[in-house]
Amino acid sequence: MTARFEPGAAVRVRLDDPKGHCRTPHYCRGRSGVVERICGAFRDPEELAYGGEGLPKQPLYRVRFAQAELWPDYAGPAGDCVEIEIYEHWLEAAG
Amino acid sequence: MSVEHSHGHDHDHAPPPDQDGPWSDYQYLETAVRELLIEKGIFSNDDVRRMIERMDSRSPARGAQVVAKAWSDPAFKDRLLADGRGAVEELGIDIEPVRLIVVENTAAEHNMVVCTLCSCYPRNLLGLPPDWYKARAYRSRAVREPRAVLAEFGTELPDGVAVRVHDSTADMRYMVLPRRPDGSEGLGEAELADLVTRDSMIGVSLPKTPA
Repeated sequence: MTARFEPGAAVRVRLDDPKGHCRTPHYCRGRSGVVERICGAFRDPEELAYGGEGLPKQPLYRVRFAQAELWPDYAGPAGDCVEIEIYEHWLEAAG
Repeated sequence: MSVEHSHGHDHDHAPPPDQDGPWSDYQYLETAVRELLIEKGIFSNDDVRRMIERMDSRSPARGAQVVAKAWSDPAFKDRLLADGRGAVEELGIDIEPVRLIVVENTAAEHNMVVCTLCSCYPRNLLGLPPDWYKARAYRSRAVREPRAVLAEFGTELPDGVAVRVHDSTADMRYMVLPRRPDGSEGLGEAELADLVTRDSMIGVSLPKTPA
């Protein structure tokens, strides 16, 4: 598996709304974060959901988002964050 | 969705006695698919019962055993944080193909787990998820206002402790390693495991303190 992003890389989630099943929550689309770790390579759930093979496997990342990036009115401390698993084809380089 | 069907035997698909409302489409679908697979000999009623028994046999006691071991054995804790499944298998717990990430609560950081998309949960370690874990309210609020949710569970954290929420959206499953409670020095693993609650491993509360 060749992962395009290293841990620590600044990434942005694609702002997109494709039809069908996907596992990228709406609340992080278009938002920027940092790669926390590479989880490995997994079959693409967007194809698996419709009986496809989901191959080639997709690198899966954990991306850390500051709460204030996700919710501009977030009331808690600046260090609070959310980490979300995101497949590589949903990510683009940021910053 | 029509509920009329015929597949060679006679029964009325009445709602179970403990469900007052009508069945949902998904309940009809599950029943229809299950009965067809049984009729076709793919599996039997007995297989279904055995699978349900197997799922019901998993309980948070497994997770508590893992936490107690990690509290007692720093080298095990390091392995657990580096490779969740490998470490858990050392204890004879088979979590099958699950990719387990264990996240550690510290003086500076509190972890909490949610699946905003559905109800992904480390069932092999914690058993079936509680109803609130699957509810829309928890799933939406855990990522939006985690400190308010924690407060409703009776968990108040100082501002100096960062809250790190894990949304298990894909192939990983998460378990929180709570902080070992004050006053638990000298306790053995079995006594330590008694302090570990299911909710403390989801990260919405803290473990019990020794009596």
